[in-house]
Amino acid sequence: MTDIKKKSHEPLFHVSKNDAAPVSKSITIRIIAIAVALVIIGILSFVLIKENPIEIFKALFTGAFIDVGTLIQNTSLLLMFGLAVVPAFKMKYWNMGANGQVLVGCLASIACMKFIPAANPEIDNNIVILCMLAAGIAASVIWAIIPALFKAFFNTNETLFTLMMNYIAVAVVNYFVFVWDKSGSGTLKTVNFSFGSPTFRKGWLFPDSDKYIITLVVAVVMTLFTAIYMRYSKHGFEVCVVGESVNTAKYVGINVKKVIVRTLVLSGIFCGIIGFLYASCLSHTVNADVGGKGFTAILVAWLAGFDPLVMVITSFFVVFINTGAENVSNVFHLNSNDYANIVVGIIFFCIIGCEFFIRYKVHFNGKKLKSAAKEAE
Amino acid sequence: MNKEIALELRNITKRFGSKVVANKNVSLTLYKGEILSLLGENGSGKTTLMNMISGIYFPDEGEILVDGKPAVIASPKDAYAYKIGMIHQHFKLVETFSASENIVLGNNEPYNLKKINKRVCEIADRYGFVIDPKKKVHDMSVSEKQTVEIIKALYRGSDILILDEPTAVLTPQEIAGLFDVLRKMRDDGKSVIIITHKLNEVLEISDRVSILRKGEYIGTVNTAETNEKELTEMMVGKKVDLKINRVLIEKKKPLLEIRNLEVKSDIGSTAIKDISFYIRGGEILGVAGISGCGQKELCEAIAGLRKPEKGQIMHKGESIIGLPAREIIKKGISMSFIPEDRLGMGLAPSFSMTDNMMLKIYNEGHSPFVRRKKSRENAEALIKKLGIVTPSTETPVRRLSGGNVQKILVGREIESGPNVIVTAYPVRGLDINSSYQIYDILNEQKKKGVGIVFVGEDLDVMLALCDKILVLCHGEVMGVVHASKTTKEELGMMMTGSLDLTNVKEYGIARDSNLSEEEWSAAAAEDNTVRGEE
Repeated sequence: MTDIKKKSHEPLFHVSKNDAAPVSKSITIRIIAIAVALVIIGILSFVLIKENPIEIFKALFTGAFIDVGTLIQNTSLLLMFGLAVVPAFKMKYWNMGANGQVLVGCLASIACMKFIPAANPEIDNNIVILCMLAAGIAASVIWAIIPALFKAFFNTNETLFTLMMNYIAVAVVNYFVFVWDKSGSGTLKTVNFSFGSPTFRKGWLFPDSDKYIITLVVAVVMTLFTAIYMRYSKHGFEVCVVGESVNTAKYVGINVKKVIVRTLVLSGIFCGIIGFLYASCLSHTVNADVGGKGFTAILVAWLAGFDPLVMVITSFFVVFINTGAENVSNVFHLNSNDYANIVVGIIFFCIIGCEFFIRYKVHFNGKKLKSAAKEAE
Repeated sequence: MNKEIALELRNITKRFGSKVVANKNVSLTLYKGEILSLLGENGSGKTTLMNMISGIYFPDEGEILVDGKPAVIASPKDAYAYKIGMIHQHFKLVETFSASENIVLGNNEPYNLKKINKRVCEIADRYGFVIDPKKKVHDMSVSEKQTVEIIKALYRGSDILILDEPTAVLTPQEIAGLFDVLRKMRDDGKSVIIITHKLNEVLEISDRVSILRKGEYIGTVNTAETNEKELTEMMVGKKVDLKINRVLIEKKKPLLEIRNLEVKSDIGSTAIKDISFYIRGGEILGVAGISGCGQKELCEAIAGLRKPEKGQIMHKGESIIGLPAREIIKKGISMSFIPEDRLGMGLAPSFSMTDNMMLKIYNEGHSPFVRRKKSRENAEALIKKLGIVTPSTETPVRRLSGGNVQKILVGREIESGPNVIVTAYPVRGLDINSSYQIYDILNEQKKKGVGIVFVGEDLDVMLALCDKILVLCHGEVMGVVHASKTTKEELGMMMTGSLDLTNVKEYGIARDSNLSEEEWSAAAAEDNTVRGEE
């Protein structure tokens, strides 16, 4: 027996699948991952910017709460972006194009804002708003279903297609900004800010001070809708079946093409609503930066395991970390965002990396393996 | 017996993860010049054990002795150094290479194809193989590929050969040929371990039988001193009635009639060529054939998943060609196809049993929401009825064992109350008990007047269970025979295409068809014009 052990060239450790890790264990592992990340950040900060790590952590953790209104708004917005992509993700349709879809929705809404009151100053504000919403949704849906149709009928790779649609959307917006706003500001302002003008604030949803609340309300409604849609509706069930196995879906008579297109129409509607919110109450302007949250939303959805309710937590977490890291840059007068990016990068690296330890067990040779075996018996 | 020991395993244990114990304290002895059968149900750890001998896995505990000396086999290369060669169930060959190229692949030797071909032929002649060393693997039949694998092991000087379920893919004639070769190897002093769960083969070929059950070693018996019954009891752990009943009931009108059907495969070649058959209510029609000769395409055509090129499929006198899959399900035609990975079609692996039960009925009613309650009740009823082992109705089915997964699939299909069941490989990979349960379920449905098309692999089972057997060879029908009047040999010859009964006897046309001949001709004519317009 000992003879074999000596000659054995078995690797030092081996990995086995851990199919059903208890929730408590997965939470412990995640907490350890964050702790590890903080230790790395502490050491790095000390070396790079020669500040007290405790002070840095203080700035990191309090940063998000300096402006609670913005925190709520950013979390809600990020959550909405996530909700827009998550049904498609559940179907294993990797929609990378939420940015572009929101952008064209916003552009369409802004266009309504610019031209409808100008043509008819007496028009009721509600009608303008409805037109903006309809136009925004229509534009986003078109942007979303073009790749979906290609995927359904020609099996085109949706990842690349939706990604490229983002750049087209940016180009389209830049074109209209150039045509409609000759000032060269790169941002299309549409709203007449002067009191007394008949077009004053036409298309504004609410007074500016309420914008935090409105995004929160829309996000809550969207979350509940998506959670129920995915879990309890026939449509949601079909989406899950297609994501699980296209063969099985066909076998039980699901029209896979229809499900793909229908789900992306839903994504488009969500993106259209986000675009409309940007236009009607968040910024009242459009430029190529609107909708920058589309990629972060992918992270939010993945971290949450595509569960709409868990995404509330993950989107908050992502905003919390990002704002905290920016706050560190501000407090310690760092001139660029590079430090913040490093901090965010380290934290996400550890959190995503720890998934490995949740899904698999690592046994080192000898002792641990045997103890695991005893445990099993 | 005073024989030299070739290989000895002592107290081998292998675990996967912390919960699964694939082998527990297994000890085994293999003598020189003998054929040892390793018998056990699916999941009993036969392949895992052999993989440890051939260097794919490394045992957690225990030791392996080759020629009486402790051996460390950490890779397949080590295994070859100890003169151990394994022929896996799924061949590991490069399709675009020739036989000889595959045989020397990975061998560190001067690449002289002429010499290699010569040696390959020498080995083949010695043991009675038939092989063309220059033939490319992708042009080979399954049995030829297997030959290449065996010669590959012999070429590397293996004295111990391990064959993992070598007969599963062969026709009766090919099996006989393989057994001749194995006997010649034994007489040449080589040791052979053959993994199988077919009892008749065990009795035919082996000198001794070792039995594993649930990863544990049960015992070894001399083949000459045992019988099927004893082996089954050792394998299953309790008495099992090995008889499959053929229920005889009165003939009913044809339910499904297929004429001149032609179906293309995924790559566009003709998979089903001009076949005609019919199935009556209360009848089990077996479909035999070497795997991949049109069974899948036929099943898919009936289920509406694949559009036929031409021909008619009539269900109770109405054409179902061109109907969407959901309409065909509604007509009561159930198709279940168990692919090799078992989960690919019909089930969603990460779904719970409840959701899988719901797959076929979720769309009922006008509410936009699914009703899980009813499916959960169905799932609970099915668990009780078929003895499915699962922690709960909400556990993802991929965590269940293969047998339980298949019971869910077959059970669900039957719950939907079909009048035609098309089932392909319903017992693939199942243990004996579960297999017999499935046969019972099918017989029960037959009694109810359901017409069953049973696409199968095991000819013994088909001969016992089916009323008639249709034999396919490369997508063509070789004939339809009565199961009670045919033999395994006859079926085997039809499967390889060396016997064609279609000219001898009219087949595939029911005398009491639901349609008159005029109506059939009209349907065919309509079919032609529609295709003409396209």
